[in-house]
Amino acid sequence: MQSAAIEIEGLTKDYPVGFWHQTKRRALDQLSLQVETGDVLGFLGPNGAGKSTTIKLLMGIIFPTAGSARILGQPISDVRMHRYIGYLPEQPYFYDYLTAPELLDYFGRFFPLTAARRHDRIEHLLKKVGLDSVRKIQLRKYSKGMLQRVGLAQAILHEPQVVILDEPMSGLDPLGRREVRDIILELKREGRTVLFSTHILSDAEMLCDRVAVVVGGKLRGVGSPEQIVSMKPQGMEILFEWRGVGALTPAFAAQTTQTGNRYRVEVAQEELYAALDQLRIAGAQVLSVAQLKPTLEDFFMGLVGKEYATASAVEVLAK
Amino acid sequence: MIRLVGVIAHNTFREAVRDRILYNLVFFALLMIAAAILVGQISIGIDSLVIVSLGLSAISLIGLLMAMFIGVGLVYKEIDKRTLYALLSKPVRRGEFLVGKFAGLVLTLTVNTALMTLGLAAALLFVKRSFALSDSYILVAVYFILLKLALVTALALLFSCFSTPLLSILFTVGIYITGLFANDIRTFSSITGSRALDTFAVTLSYLLPNFNNFNAIASAAHGRAIPRALIVQNTMYAAVYIAVVLLAATVTFSRRNLK
Repeated sequence: MQSAAIEIEGLTKDYPVGFWHQTKRRALDQLSLQVETGDVLGFLGPNGAGKSTTIKLLMGIIFPTAGSARILGQPISDVRMHRYIGYLPEQPYFYDYLTAPELLDYFGRFFPLTAARRHDRIEHLLKKVGLDSVRKIQLRKYSKGMLQRVGLAQAILHEPQVVILDEPMSGLDPLGRREVRDIILELKREGRTVLFSTHILSDAEMLCDRVAVVVGGKLRGVGSPEQIVSMKPQGMEILFEWRGVGALTPAFAAQTTQTGNRYRVEVAQEELYAALDQLRIAGAQVLSVAQLKPTLEDFFMGLVGKEYATASAVEVLAK
Repeated sequence: MIRLVGVIAHNTFREAVRDRILYNLVFFALLMIAAAILVGQISIGIDSLVIVSLGLSAISLIGLLMAMFIGVGLVYKEIDKRTLYALLSKPVRRGEFLVGKFAGLVLTLTVNTALMTLGLAAALLFVKRSFALSDSYILVAVYFILLKLALVTALALLFSCFSTPLLSILFTVGIYITGLFANDIRTFSSITGSRALDTFAVTLSYLLPNFNNFNAIASAAHGRAIPRALIVQNTMYAAVYIAVVLLAATVTFSRRNLK
């Protein structure tokens, strides 16, 4: 049986607002969540949903108003367990007077790595994140994407068991995003636990064993991407070519959209064969038939579109 | 713990060097050259006194400006630029971070002060053509200046843990100036006639850092010996005061939610 690498129990964070700090704004409300060892968990939510707040709480950058959390069985207040955690802050910024190897060497000194091991890891990671060719340039001259890469390198420098990445794809071009995806998949293959927040839902669908959706400071859903969006197909999509040899029924034609010679129609699953018969009679050439499934984005947008601050939680598959 | 503090201190020193903080030495060198050339022409028989007084005052002033202006930014800059986020994700306590930053700036000030002292020695040699035993008191005066700078750094660091740089500068300058008058506040207490005011003034005078203790510029300039007991006393005083201030800074900063 797998044990949880990250256990969050009723985590709540209030921020004081106003000049006298008399009123409070709840950024995170009773968040409870577990991330199993070796899992990749995507933390999804719109801006201000509480994703970064949760991650900052886990890393001890801010302190909870209520609730608790443990990483690898240790309370988050114990900084010794940071030895086993890698963290990439959102929009990272580092000491701009250092070069990438100097920064990695500096951070590497906080871990029990020998000088030779530290050197090997730095060389390996500079190549892996594509910064080897700019190793002599100070970070002040780095672009946002380059800082993101060096941030990722420092997060995994000490080969942590748990990796927490706050918006790791932010600021990256498509090539950079793919490299980050590859790194996350490699971390997963190595059996490491990864928690990352993202706005990019396709990345979450591609990478995650499970996703957690947080909206308005509240957890709205937890489960695998398939479970979140449900495996039940919403219908069938037929693509076909038709040169008007035979006739389509008016009802069928009304559902059809045309692009050049190609036509597209969505039908219910139980109506698929009847539709195909009709296309055969009409002399159409069927190009493809595919299941229509709601995407994670559909689920996400559905949640965000609601009055989420007061809506009851949608526990799709709570642990 | 000491190893981690050393790692942070080394990086703080490297930052100061790369940010060209030590360029102030050029100004000091020019001041010493000008003083060495001019002093012989405007002062008869007291040229070394003028050089030592001017040199030590400049060392003290430049050091104070560095300790205050860099000290108040030590923590604030890390929070403002969010460089602290990645650092605090390492197995390092906030107290270790603070002590490391403090040690790094004190190292910077020590190197800066040592180089300025060499410049002063060179100017003195130019004027006197040789050193006397009494010139060694200059080193004691420089040591006292360093103790003072370390104390000011600790105070600036404390204020930067919970305040903006501007307010931190004001607080640090305020404490420094009132600390220069700590003895006067104690004397004032005996003439108030009010028991409550007397108690308040005495308490305040003992709570404030007594920066007068560290002023040995006049003794060094006049070649007067500085008692060994004063050296021990000042060292102990500075060590205890700095420890208390850093402890207060750690307690304050350990509870602070970063933005």
